[in-house]
Amino acid sequence: MSPDMIDLLIKSFFETCYMVIVSTVMATVIGIPLGVILTVTRKDHILPNSAVNSILGAIVNATRSTPFIILMVAIIPLTRIIVGSSIGTTAAIVPLTISAAPFIARIIESSLLEINPGVIEAAQAMGASPMQIITKVLLPEALHSIVLGVTLAIISLIGYSAMAGALGGGGLGDLAIRYGYQRFQLDVMITTVIILIIMVQAMQSLGNWMSKKLNKNKL
Amino acid sequence: MIELLNIEKTYYSKAGDIHALKTTNLHIKEGEIFGIIGLSGAGKSTLVRCINMLEKPTAGRVIVDGADLTAMNDTQLRKARQSIGMIFQHFNLLASRTVYDNIAFPLEIQGLSKDEIDKRVRPLLELVQLETRADYYPSQLSGGQKQRVGIARALASNPKVLLCDEATSALDPQTTKSILDLLKDINRKMNLTIVMITHQMEVVKAVCDRVAVIENGIIIEEGPMIDVFTNPQHPTTKEFTKSATNDNFAAMLKNMHLSEQYSNGSKLITRISFLGNSAGEPIVSGMVKKFDVDVSILYGNIDHLKDVPFGTLVIEISGSKEGIENALAYLHGQDLKTEVIGYES
Repeated sequence: MSPDMIDLLIKSFFETCYMVIVSTVMATVIGIPLGVILTVTRKDHILPNSAVNSILGAIVNATRSTPFIILMVAIIPLTRIIVGSSIGTTAAIVPLTISAAPFIARIIESSLLEINPGVIEAAQAMGASPMQIITKVLLPEALHSIVLGVTLAIISLIGYSAMAGALGGGGLGDLAIRYGYQRFQLDVMITTVIILIIMVQAMQSLGNWMSKKLNKNKL
Repeated sequence: MIELLNIEKTYYSKAGDIHALKTTNLHIKEGEIFGIIGLSGAGKSTLVRCINMLEKPTAGRVIVDGADLTAMNDTQLRKARQSIGMIFQHFNLLASRTVYDNIAFPLEIQGLSKDEIDKRVRPLLELVQLETRADYYPSQLSGGQKQRVGIARALASNPKVLLCDEATSALDPQTTKSILDLLKDINRKMNLTIVMITHQMEVVKAVCDRVAVIENGIIIEEGPMIDVFTNPQHPTTKEFTKSATNDNFAAMLKNMHLSEQYSNGSKLITRISFLGNSAGEPIVSGMVKKFDVDVSILYGNIDHLKDVPFGTLVIEISGSKEGIENALAYLHGQDLKTEVIGYES
């Protein structure tokens, strides 16, 4: 591989990292409150509200069932409003965030539902407010399971970022398609795929390790 | 301290309404240990949850320490709950917090500073004998230790009332005893009012001052524990008290031919029970001397109701018809409970 190619690989790698990190952070920031609302507004939970629950649930389901590639094209006007352009690495962050946020919301919801209802009851018996139950009981108790869920989201974002690359987003996916696939540079193709595999492996190991550290159920 | 006035709780559902509690009245005095006993599904869990309004009664009023909880808004209710501690069958500790932080939790909710929290938590750790376990996580503790953490956590906000929801049901007998001793100790030291719900008569027997028996959402019997225990009225109560006494002489009686009337040469079988220290022996020997009857002891047992000894003796009296009649009259005249089981021929 030429030194130019290596430079390009490094640049693409950082573009992918940039897309994945920023969209994960944004999606988590949106996904956590969404997931919490989806959980606490269930009937038999601390703030039952079936209207909010079903409307929010429907929006989340709709977003999740739209294929990423279609979502990405469909929200181009929105992307243009937010980042001022619809092509480029930064522009790719908008659809990535919008597709990952509802995924994270559902992950948060299922993690929060795993918590023993008795613990919530105990907190209520002590006079905790719903907000205190969310911040001091639900989120800390579910943290280890949330970490695993976010790891899952990061890994699918790595995959999606490659797809976003195909639509002018840059990154490793873009590189693999333009050089590896369209110009038959097999070495570039293989290298990018290997880098992606290593990234996924590393993320999963990191997620497992963190979750294990945080899980105090089995000591 | 606690007053439940005409409490009702109905769960409405399409499949039919469930009346978990039917018009219930209860008055629990300050500083007493009050037991509520019933089988599963009797409504005892609902009843205890009405006291801190985790279950909102469909009708009636709940008054704790002079304040009407049923008339409060959410904020007032949360404040009121801070002076009602609660412990649970499955402890319900926060798995992600250490022992120390679990005990600190209710104080954190109240917005106390770290120093103030530390001042409360340290003595509590000592009280429940877990000073050396402060940095452990709940998963590293035994069931008894977890319940001790639960108790310390419930006491952290200096409550006036402690509600115990089957607090010992998940523990082995030895651990149960140590937890009950701890509760008795706390009750005495802090003059804390304790409400215990349980299905174990042994628990009631060991610690309660007064007891209510609940069945199908209705309180069927209520009174001082010793009265309920020694003189149960309702069949369900009798069933409960029987489970807590080792009445193995019942099997022995089955093999005897008993009749209700005296016939020539038959022997009287009677059960005498006594409370406190009015020992049975001089009475029995006195009876033998006075009336020329023979007495053999078929069964004897001494039990402890909280701290009061409670003895049961089943004796067989043989002799002349007159002698037996006089002996029986003599027993009835003593400070004991005498119950004729029958005449054996």
